[in-house]
Amino acid sequence: MRQIPILKIGELLLVSIQIDLQDQTVVALQEDLAEEIVRTGARGVIIDISAVDIVDSFIGRMFSTIAAMSRLMDAETVVVGMRPAVAITLVELGLSLDGVRTALDLEQGMRLLESSLGER
Amino acid sequence: MSGESGGTAETHMSDLLRSRRDAVLGRWVELVTEGTRGRITEREVRTELTELYDLVERALGDDDGTTGGELRAALGDISRNRARQGFSPTETAISVYALKRAVHEQLKESGDERGYAGFIEFSAYIDELGLATFEAYAAAREQVISDQAEQLLELSTPVVKLWDGILALPLVGTLDSARTQVVMETMLQTLADTGSRYAVIDITGVPAVDTEVAQHLLKTVMAARLMGAECVISGIRPQIAYTIAALGIEFGDIVTKASLADALEHALRGSGLRVVGGTDA
Repeated sequence: MRQIPILKIGELLLVSIQIDLQDQTVVALQEDLAEEIVRTGARGVIIDISAVDIVDSFIGRMFSTIAAMSRLMDAETVVVGMRPAVAITLVELGLSLDGVRTALDLEQGMRLLESSLGER
Repeated sequence: MSGESGGTAETHMSDLLRSRRDAVLGRWVELVTEGTRGRITEREVRTELTELYDLVERALGDDDGTTGGELRAALGDISRNRARQGFSPTETAISVYALKRAVHEQLKESGDERGYAGFIEFSAYIDELGLATFEAYAAAREQVISDQAEQLLELSTPVVKLWDGILALPLVGTLDSARTQVVMETMLQTLADTGSRYAVIDITGVPAVDTEVAQHLLKTVMAARLMGAECVISGIRPQIAYTIAALGIEFGDIVTKASLADALEHALRGSGLRVVGGTDA
């Protein structure tokens, strides 16, 4: 099982998913991320899924779970770079990712987080 | 046109085609040119038919049927061209059937009673060729229609850039599921490619919306939202608003604006821009 790297940029954590997601990988990511948020005191999490072209309902739900979890630890989550096909799949699966903020690319995602962090 | 029983009759027909070549071919060209009403020149008709005539003549004397294949291919080419040039099916079939008349006239003139036995078989053969022509014609027409439908679909689903980061989809004409699907895919792809944060779906030119189409539009908006972009729907006509309300379709928190201009202003505001009146400045 391969681990997904979590990078720290200032107050933000960047998770760039470059491999096909499997259920165990996702569960491991959730645990790693929770520990990392606490350890670094991050205020925001960016999950870049521009390299992901297949999602299932489990992975779709994972985004909501991660967002809810990180909000409990005072960090905002933004999912960036979702491909049109992935978005269509999620909509067809009836998942609207409540509570997850989204942006078209990493740059816009960072801007979104920075502006919402600035408001606090 | 093979088989021993027709041997003599067949030979007779083949002989007639050879010996009276100029007369038969000339009459054939004449008959076909009459039917085309000047849309192709006699020269073109003559070139086409001379080729066909040679092939028919060879196919009659040929036992293994290789020339038959060649003949069918040539006929296929001709009828495909005719279909593209807009000739009617009758006009196309006449190009083949006129040969029967030309041969019959020559047969009558020769007064040779024995020739008729061969003519009947020859006639059946020509009928077969005529049907093959018709089939090729129909296939070509079908191809033309499906090509046009595809072009129309592309034409009718443009995604235009209204402003930096703002896309617009002016939809015109009847929306069906297939078209809405194309719209959805093109729009989401363009959003991803251009990194635009707003998309305005303008349905001013859409006369009616049914439940399925409304659901599709909703899904498009949801998918765009998942990608991090916002959709604004503008130009909902009174009848459509009535239909949507009557059908009980919930548009939820999707932004709808009366006109494309209002939607653009909303998107500009969302992008942090303000429209300032020229006279006030």
